[in-house]
Amino acid sequence: MENFQLINHRLLGDSLLISAQKHPSKLVASTNDGEYTYQELLDHSVALASALLERGLQRGDRVAIYMDNSWPTLYSLYSVLLAGGVFVMINPQTKADKLAYILNDSDAVCLLTDIQLENDFIPILSGLPKLSHVVYSSEEKVFPRGVISIEHIDKVLKNVSPSDFLKNRSISSDLAALIYTSGSTGSPKGVMHTHLSMLFALNSLIEYLRISEEHRILNVLPLSFDYGLYQLLMVVHLGATLILEKSFAFPSLIFRRILEEEVTVFPGVPTIFSMLLSSHERSKLCFPTVTRVTNTAAALPADFIPTLKEIFPNALVYKMYGLTECKRVCYLEPELVDKKPKSVGKAIPGTEVLLLSPDGQPVKAGGVGILHVRGPHVMLGYWKQKELSEVMLKDDIYPNQKILCTHDWFKMDDDGLLYFVGRSDDIIKTRGEKVSPVEVENILYSIEGIKEAAVVGVTDAILGQSIKAFVSLKESSSLNDKKIKKLCVAKLENYMVPKEVMIMDSLPKTANGKIDKKQLV
Amino acid sequence: MSIENSVRRYILENYLFTDDQSELVNDTSLLEKGIIDSTGIMELVFFLEEEFGINVDDDEMIPENLDSVDSIVSFINSKPSK
Repeated sequence: MENFQLINHRLLGDSLLISAQKHPSKLVASTNDGEYTYQELLDHSVALASALLERGLQRGDRVAIYMDNSWPTLYSLYSVLLAGGVFVMINPQTKADKLAYILNDSDAVCLLTDIQLENDFIPILSGLPKLSHVVYSSEEKVFPRGVISIEHIDKVLKNVSPSDFLKNRSISSDLAALIYTSGSTGSPKGVMHTHLSMLFALNSLIEYLRISEEHRILNVLPLSFDYGLYQLLMVVHLGATLILEKSFAFPSLIFRRILEEEVTVFPGVPTIFSMLLSSHERSKLCFPTVTRVTNTAAALPADFIPTLKEIFPNALVYKMYGLTECKRVCYLEPELVDKKPKSVGKAIPGTEVLLLSPDGQPVKAGGVGILHVRGPHVMLGYWKQKELSEVMLKDDIYPNQKILCTHDWFKMDDDGLLYFVGRSDDIIKTRGEKVSPVEVENILYSIEGIKEAAVVGVTDAILGQSIKAFVSLKESSSLNDKKIKKLCVAKLENYMVPKEVMIMDSLPKTANGKIDKKQLV
Repeated sequence: MSIENSVRRYILENYLFTDDQSELVNDTSLLEKGIIDSTGIMELVFFLEEEFGINVDDDEMIPENLDSVDSIVSFINSKPSK
């Protein structure tokens, strides 16, 4: 390790190796568990990487990280990268069935998790043939010996013998992460990102956000959400500092942290900004240290901006748009936020976008077209899903190149700035998360007593879209909307649970007998 | 209805969608168990203000006051009505 000198960032984990070499005693993160330096992050990551290798991790093996925003999540992620593995972040709200699906689909060999989630991960372990190790944090418990070893993370770290943790060192075109996202078929799909695509995206974001190692970035978003994940990746890459919170649930705690920690970057989504605005209405807020405010996931209502500028008087406000398949598509230069309040701007640095008709022809100036994205940030495809990958990655006009079809309708103004018009498929985007109506419908159909189900997105000023379910019931059924929601809560992440459930005698049908969603919207 | 019952009823009905009393334990962390998520806390605060005629200040919106049925009940008891 002492002889290891890196100059170039070739792999995502190099961010940590280089930053720790440069300023070992600088704080990388202030979390609810405590404050940690770059040296501590490196030491913990190296120790866990060595432990993963001792447990047989091979280059390219997938390791799932199913935890909330905590210190162990930070070093877990870098340990997987250093050990040559591929990390799979899983939202801690994910329930047992879907967790099992993702672990099986990704062929994860190791699960890094937290004991608080045991009710979801313990019952599924017997159905995971590829998984051999579980390492968990928080309170220690005794588990009976089984085929899968279940160990506490502190013991694992304590008993590890130093090893050449870089022996599996990847190359930059190797996969770095699978990021699961909801798909139109109802099952989540693993978006394949390489070290190259992630490092490229990272540098592009840093460039247009104009941030450097002095910045102190607040993250209240789940690290399993790529918007949250990239806050961490940017921090470590820059040698900056992350102020990590588990959520925005208690806004006043966050407000205190912003002031005490002198936060400079505040990444949010419209639900967070709306809570911020309603707090400001109750008692005035002002965060002068913040110099960057970013929004993505759903459009930031234009009338939020004047109040946001009161709350953050010294901040550049960034409106952005993206999708997991290429991390981010575009951003609006903050200087234009008043002049072009409805636009999401232009392609991020080093990439380009074009508007094409459904048959692949360029649309004429001012026309509406489907947004396509070119650049090194585009995913390789969906893990083990050739056909679905082809729906998103189309042949480019240049030979042997691929272009990403976002399936979103956009138009472009005379200045080349983009405006979102609507989606061309029926995926719902709520709170910035993609929700497949089929996935929710499948859960509804699994409920005893439901005869028919249809799920649609309804326009919502804050959420982007909210989820509405229409169902019809079998005659004997005594279900009501609350009971149905309750059964959904047990199977789905909170954001996927229909906000409204409407019970109808029967659902409207098209001529060929399919449920006609158009009549329901 | 007692404060405890009314808080329990609100949480059961609006977050757990049930009237089964056994599903909510008074000292359970609402956030850690995923019963309430980020946006839910604000709704809860609006409910408490309305229902019990109190003012919840921003700096009172902390887990010590709001993260379980027990803490909510003792928080309301400590507040003068407006």
